[in-house]
Amino acid sequence: MTGTLEERATAADLVTEALDVGYGGEPVVRALDVRLPPGAVTAIVGPNGCGKSTLLGALARVHTPQAGAVLLDGRDLARIRPRDAARRIGLLPQQAEAPDGLTVRDLVRYGRHPHQGLLRQWSPDDAGAVDRALAAADLVELADRPLDTLSGGQRQRAWIAMVVAQQTDVVLLDEPTSALDLGHQLEVLELVRDLAAAGRTVVAVLHDLSTACRHADHLVAMRGGRIVAEGAPQDVVTPGLVRELYGVEAVVLVDPTAGTPVVCPIRRLAP
Amino acid sequence: MDRVLARGLVPAALVLFLAVLASLAFGAGEVGPARAFGALTTGTDEDARFAVLQLRLPRTLVAVAVGLALGVAGAVLQAAARNPLAEPGLLGVSAGASFAVVVAIAAGASAATLGPWVAVLGAAAGCLLAIGAARLRGTGDDPVRLVLAGAALSGLLGAGTSVVLLLDQRTADEVRFWTVGSVAGRDLGTLAQVGPALAVGLLIALLVARPLSALSLGDATARGLGHRPARARVLAIVAVALLVGGAVAAAGPIAFVGLVVPFLARALVGPDLRRVLAVSLLLGPAVVLVADVASRLLVRPYEMPLGVVTALLGAPVLVAVVRSTRLPSL
Repeated sequence: MTGTLEERATAADLVTEALDVGYGGEPVVRALDVRLPPGAVTAIVGPNGCGKSTLLGALARVHTPQAGAVLLDGRDLARIRPRDAARRIGLLPQQAEAPDGLTVRDLVRYGRHPHQGLLRQWSPDDAGAVDRALAAADLVELADRPLDTLSGGQRQRAWIAMVVAQQTDVVLLDEPTSALDLGHQLEVLELVRDLAAAGRTVVAVLHDLSTACRHADHLVAMRGGRIVAEGAPQDVVTPGLVRELYGVEAVVLVDPTAGTPVVCPIRRLAP
Repeated sequence: MDRVLARGLVPAALVLFLAVLASLAFGAGEVGPARAFGALTTGTDEDARFAVLQLRLPRTLVAVAVGLALGVAGAVLQAAARNPLAEPGLLGVSAGASFAVVVAIAAGASAATLGPWVAVLGAAAGCLLAIGAARLRGTGDDPVRLVLAGAALSGLLGAGTSVVLLLDQRTADEVRFWTVGSVAGRDLGTLAQVGPALAVGLLIALLVARPLSALSLGDATARGLGHRPARARVLAIVAVALLVGGAVAAAGPIAFVGLVVPFLARALVGPDLRRVLAVSLLLGPAVVLVADVASRLLVRPYEMPLGVVTALLGAPVLVAVVRSTRLPSL
């Protein structure tokens, strides 16, 4: 990544307390207590339907807790005005959609919405933040291209640039690398690492366990709406954890360059 | 704001200027462009002065107001429904307003003093019914489904309007000129009556433009940006009801303007709602004026109803949008 993120974020303390979240009926996430380490990349992993996206949605205020709370620096997130919360927490949803013909720059400008109001329309601050976000995501040359003419990796970088322009201390990403090939995955994950290097608290739902181990500082492993294990990848990823999460027998090797765990699945175990 | 916006505002302003001139210059009667402008500069031709200042000028202003309301309402409704086909005339919003007015007159109100509020309530009811019908089974996400629900609702309300008119001769006489959609014979009193509803509707539309534009990135993203999607949609529907109700009260139901204007605006400035709204403010009046001038000239010395001309203009656009390889997502 040639771009740089000059802006330093302040450390944000994001915590859940006895959090229940769901979609009306039974909660999908139950009685969950977790602290997301500030200034680091946390990956939430687990099988389909384990509640990892639901948890991210609660952190992002997309889902309202049925019980318990999400606390940002000790304050209940549900009691913070949406616009104020959006200045602290940015979200890139899964399969984000944009209207046809929207340019990269126009998309990134949306990131300034929480900083604007009736009396405060577009300002030089906004223009500066958009330019820096475009530079950070290495998109200056593509700024005036419509999104639908970009590669998958470029498009995803544009979405992340929108969140960067939001200038939040917390960045939440829901499967930012799904549907991307290996090169494009790295392109996006390196940018995600840059976000944390600049002091942001980054939380990403990731599908692939080895990718999560390679790029995250902290792992939160979920199954059935609860946390099964959390900690540094090399400390928590074991054959036992893989079996518990996915019902798969696996060998866990060590990445010869990064020293992080690599999961080699062998066979599916009978449930 | 920027170069992209200028690309839409400049041609829209030009067309609007020419349309205003044409609206003052041409009529179904004998006062042609030469006499019209002569009357304005020298002031000796009393007939021409009357035609231009007492007949065409108020009519032009009403057409401008109606066009502005319908263009903006179309852009707002399309953004709220995330559907390029959402149009007040197609979705039963205008039909709801007309039905409400006709029922009110049949119940004893007078067309001259009725004011826009009955139409506004009818428009709001039509809007909610169409959206509700589209969502009755499964998702309301299919653009064509919403239009089908709206067409069914329009048909139903139109039939209801016809029944009332058939049963009640006095109402039929009072509203015959009105139910087809026309700005002929409207004066400044009409404008004063519907002005407040249109002004409030326009204000709400402009206030809700930013959150509404963020909805085009999906509800989750909009929330992440600090917006409240449900509140934005409710405000959008209130704005549409005020604008369409006011327009219908002034000119009767005029279809397709809310489809054509945002469609042209998007072609000029792209999908960003705030640019589309800015351009629609000029393009809406321009489209209605062009259609109104055409309504005076097509079958001279008679006038074709404005609603018929906009349908002639709008139907091809509807077909074009539906036939495009895939519907543009909003």
